[in-house]
Amino acid sequence: MLELRDITAGYEPGRPVLRDVSLTVGDGEAVGLLGPSGCGKSTLARVAALLHRPTAGTVLLDGEPAHGWRHRAPRGQRTAVGVVFQQPRQSADPRLTLHDVIAEPLRATGRRAEAPARVAGLAATTGLTDDLLTRRPHQVSDGQLQRACLARALALRPRLLICDEMTAMLDASTTAALVGVLEAYRAETGAAVLAVSHDPVLLNRWCDRVVRWDDITRGTTASDRPHPL
Amino acid sequence: MKPAKPLLTVDGMSVRFRMPGGRYVAAVSDVSLTLHPGECLVLVGESGCGKSVLASALLGLLPGNAETAGRALLAGDAPLDLLTASERTLARTVRGRRIGLVPQSPAAHLTPVRTVRSHLRETVRALTGVRGTALDPAVEAAAARAAFPTDHLDRHPHQLSGGLAQRAATALALVGDAPLLLADEPTTGLDRDLVERTADELRRHVDAGHALLMITHDLAAAARIADRVAVMYAGRVVETADAGPFFGTPGPRHPYARRLLDALPERAFTPIPGMPPELGALPEGCAFAPRCDRAEAACTRTVPALSAGVACHHPLEEVQPRAGAA
Repeated sequence: MLELRDITAGYEPGRPVLRDVSLTVGDGEAVGLLGPSGCGKSTLARVAALLHRPTAGTVLLDGEPAHGWRHRAPRGQRTAVGVVFQQPRQSADPRLTLHDVIAEPLRATGRRAEAPARVAGLAATTGLTDDLLTRRPHQVSDGQLQRACLARALALRPRLLICDEMTAMLDASTTAALVGVLEAYRAETGAAVLAVSHDPVLLNRWCDRVVRWDDITRGTTASDRPHPL
Repeated sequence: MKPAKPLLTVDGMSVRFRMPGGRYVAAVSDVSLTLHPGECLVLVGESGCGKSVLASALLGLLPGNAETAGRALLAGDAPLDLLTASERTLARTVRGRRIGLVPQSPAAHLTPVRTVRSHLRETVRALTGVRGTALDPAVEAAAARAAFPTDHLDRHPHQLSGGLAQRAATALALVGDAPLLLADEPTTGLDRDLVERTADELRRHVDAGHALLMITHDLAAAARIADRVAVMYAGRVVETADAGPFFGTPGPRHPYARRLLDALPERAFTPIPGMPPELGALPEGCAFAPRCDRAEAACTRTVPALSAGVACHHPLEEVQPRAGAA
C-alpha cells in the first residue's frame, strides 16, 4: 500500500531532520512506528501523507510513485490517504461546526450531495450526537473534537490511514474508543494503517507489526537530535 | 506513618459558574479531600470532569462568574481558608510561597521572550528577597533543585525540549519552598520515558516532605507516583483509595473507576460506552448511571453519597478477575 524508500526530509536546506528512512506498509496492515519525541517521526508521517516534500527518496502509493505534494498531489493519491493529527484544536477550522468539519473533504472534492448521509453515518460510528455536530470546536472537549477529526479522515473512505500521535492528548477511555473505531473500519474495508506514537504499550496492543525508529533509519547523527531530556 | 495533622483539608467544596440566562454549571460538587505532608494525592478523571476547576479554586484563580461553597483549609503558622481569603492575601502570602504550581504545558507557561535565568531571577527576587551578588548562586541552586542543567539557563523556552521546559517550570514552582505543590496535568503531551522521569522527579519532592496534589488523566503516571487516588466524575469524587489496592488487587470499587482502568491498552483496552455528561446538564441521580452496566432504578433517582471511600449504590465488593489484565 505504502512504500517509503530512502527518504531524507527537513525544513531548512542542509539540515535534514531525518535521513535515508525506509518503511513499508502492506495492504490491510496496521504498522506502528515507535520513536521518542523529536526524532522526526511526525515529519515522516507528513511525507507519507503527501503533505511535505522530501529532499530525497521515493514515496510509492500502491506502487505508483508520488510526484506532487500538498495541493499538487493528484487527487487520486491525495484522497487515498486519511490523516489524523495529535492536536485536534490545531487541525480543525474554528469557524466550522463539527458537521462541516467532517463534511469538508466531501465538499472539497465536489461530493457535497453525499454529505448529509455520510456525516450522519460517521457521527454514529465515532459516537458524536446530533447536538455535538451543531457546535464549533471551542464548545467541545479535546476528545470530542478528535472524534470529529477521525470522522473527517474517514469521510472519503481512504485506503491508508496515517495517525500521528492520535491519542496522545486523550484519556484512556477515549483512546480505546477511537482505536476501536479505526480497527472496525480496517476490518470492514481492508484499509492499511500507519500509527505513529511514543507509546509502546499502545502500539503493541493495536498494530500487527511495530517498528522502532532506530531500525528504519540510517545516518541520523546524534547532533541532529534535540537534547535527550 | 502519616503525621496526624493534614496540610490541606477540603471540606464540602462546590464551585458553580453563573451563565447567561440564569443557568448554572456545577463544575465541582461537594468534594472533600485531605492531604498530609510527604503525601501524594492524585486526582484522576476524564477531561471536562472538573479537575482543573478544583485546582484553580485552591489558588483563587477562578473567573468572576464563579460561586464557591464549603471550605479549603491550608494548615500552617497562619491557618487559612483558601476559598474565602482575599486576593491580597493569596497574592502576597499563598501563591508561590505556600502553594507552588507546576503548570500544564510548561512551554506555554514560560514567557517566550525571556530566558530561563531571567524567569528564575525574577522569581527568586520576589519570593526570597535575595538581591545583588547572592542572586546568581541562588538562581543556580534553584535550577539544581529541579535538575535543570546550568548550561541551559540562558536559553529561551522555544530552545528547550519538553522535558527541560517541564524542569524549568518545576524549578520556578519550588523557589518559594512551598509546603504544598499543585501539579495540573504535568505530563500531557510528553512521551512515556519523560512521563516516568517527570513523575519520579515530582515523587522526589514528595519524599523530601512536600505535599503534592497532582491532577491528571494519565493513569500510568498516576500509578507511578500516587500514595492515594481520588477519582472524579462529573464534578464529584466518586472513589478515594490507597494507590496500591486501587491499581493492583482488589482494584477499584466504583464501576466508573474500574471501567476507566480497563480502558488502558495494557488491560482490556475497552472503552466506556457513551461520553461524560455535560456539567451544565447533569442527569438526575448518579451521573454515571447512563453509562453503567450495574445501574438500577435507584441509581437514576438519588445521587449516591461518598461512604467508605466509594460513592455508588452498587459498588464492586469482591475481587473479580479482569479480562486481559496485564
